[in-house]
Amino acid sequence: MIRFRKLSKTFKRARVLDDIDLEIGLGERIALIGSNGAGKTTLIRCLLGEYVHDGEVTIDGRDPRRERTALLGLIGFVPQLPPPLKMSVQRLIDFSAALCGTDPARIVAIAERLGLDVASVAERQFVRLSGGMKQKLLIAIALGRDAKVLVMDEPAANLDPDARKIFFDLLAERQHDATMLISSHRLDEVSALVNRVVELDMGKVVLDDRVADDVSLSGMLTCRVTVKRAEPALAQALTHWRFEDRGDGIEWEGRIPGPDRLRFVGMLSRYVALIDHVSLTEQPA
Amino acid sequence: MNQLWLTAKLDISETLRARWFHIYTLVFGGVVALLFVFGLTESRVLGFIGLSRLLVTYIQLTMAILPIFVLITTVRSVAGDREAGVFEYLLSLPVSLGAWFWGKLVGRYIAIFAPVFLAMVGAVVAAVVKGIEVPWGMFGYYTALLATMALCFLGMGMLISALARSTDMAQGAAFMLWLTLLLFLDLILLGLIIQERVTPEVAVGIALANPLQVFRTAALALFDPQLIVLGPSAYVILDTFGVAGYKVFALAYPAALGLLSAVAGYQVFRRGDLP
Repeated sequence: MIRFRKLSKTFKRARVLDDIDLEIGLGERIALIGSNGAGKTTLIRCLLGEYVHDGEVTIDGRDPRRERTALLGLIGFVPQLPPPLKMSVQRLIDFSAALCGTDPARIVAIAERLGLDVASVAERQFVRLSGGMKQKLLIAIALGRDAKVLVMDEPAANLDPDARKIFFDLLAERQHDATMLISSHRLDEVSALVNRVVELDMGKVVLDDRVADDVSLSGMLTCRVTVKRAEPALAQALTHWRFEDRGDGIEWEGRIPGPDRLRFVGMLSRYVALIDHVSLTEQPA
Repeated sequence: MNQLWLTAKLDISETLRARWFHIYTLVFGGVVALLFVFGLTESRVLGFIGLSRLLVTYIQLTMAILPIFVLITTVRSVAGDREAGVFEYLLSLPVSLGAWFWGKLVGRYIAIFAPVFLAMVGAVVAAVVKGIEVPWGMFGYYTALLATMALCFLGMGMLISALARSTDMAQGAAFMLWLTLLLFLDLILLGLIIQERVTPEVAVGIALANPLQVFRTAALALFDPQLIVLGPSAYVILDTFGVAGYKVFALAYPAALGLLSAVAGYQVFRRGDLP
């Protein structure tokens, strides 16, 4: 469906993408990882037809630069940094919906599922929203239409745990009819969302690997944590994950979205010396 | 067309929220209000009294303010938006590059021309209320002249925005352009060129390539049809164009310059990296 062939991009003398060859099929969920400056954003911008480049980028055999209107209608994009748009939230929703040929109510419905009360911020300037609110609205605009390709740059970075869970549910609903390209510089942020990992370094593909696709995007895990002694920093971290204290800060219990398990374990690993017991139990679907 | 109009409406709504636009509107509204307050409609200069006197002063002031205002605000917002990542996001939506570029230009044109025009309309309404005679011919021509001036500098601003890769560079280039046009403004300076044995036609030709000079001369021609204040340059201008011909030239040339600049800007924009 998406094809990068001998794709190269040079800024002045710096070669940011170097002969990239990549094919991505329908239904694939790709984690595009790599350190800062690896070329992830440049690759995405080439895919969106925003950069001129050497080589070829096609979606269903068509060039996104030449056939912008037709192809970009199929792509939902969430940028890493929300743009500083001065327009109101309502105007952004109406403008995007009108261009994408979708009903603004669809975007509003998704934003509200993510926990953003659109009515209360409709007249507020987009730039004046909090980071999380901006992210929810941009996700809603990307998902509130029939996009066949979802391109997301660190999409869940600013979301609270509840919104992350709903975001994963939303992706799960689209996983069979959309291709997803999720960019991150940390694999643990996106690992459970994807079934293929592509790593870029210095503008080249250095890893292209399929990963086990066992994690349900909409699944939940019940988790119990027992610690040797009460520790305020750990308690704060667990509270952030909506865990409940079952006894003087020693026994904790909570639920984790399936795709967030690696991220959760990563957080827990910082307190490994305090941990006495951990259990993660997948709940039946 | 729908995409173009959507983009234009978006640009207008963004502009209406921008601080520069509030200042811009205040400046032009304030100029007209001040001219009334200071009784310019009752004064007499070169035989001009009433509203025509106010309009003559207004257009002279507008010529001093509008070009630099349009140039700087256009390049600041267009190049600034690109630098801040606004283009990256909005151009990921299914909008054609033509609709985006020309929609921005149309939206911005409406936003910059409306306050200038409405200030003139305000002056006319106030004149009618006060029982002052309205010189409709002069009002119509000045309106056309201001519309052309806005188009000319907006087109140049869009070209600079397309060429410059950063806001600082765009602002610097816009300021340099304005300064260069200003330096070539005075026909008296061109007298020196004539003294250096450049033919008068070439000297005046150089002067009239400058849109600021074209507007200034056209505004002068309304109350001084023989352009006596310009000295010998007037002969060349009037021999070449005639009084009516120059009026047409003063509208057609800057409009063409603005449109050509915008077309060149669009070509640069659509062939290069967008964000």
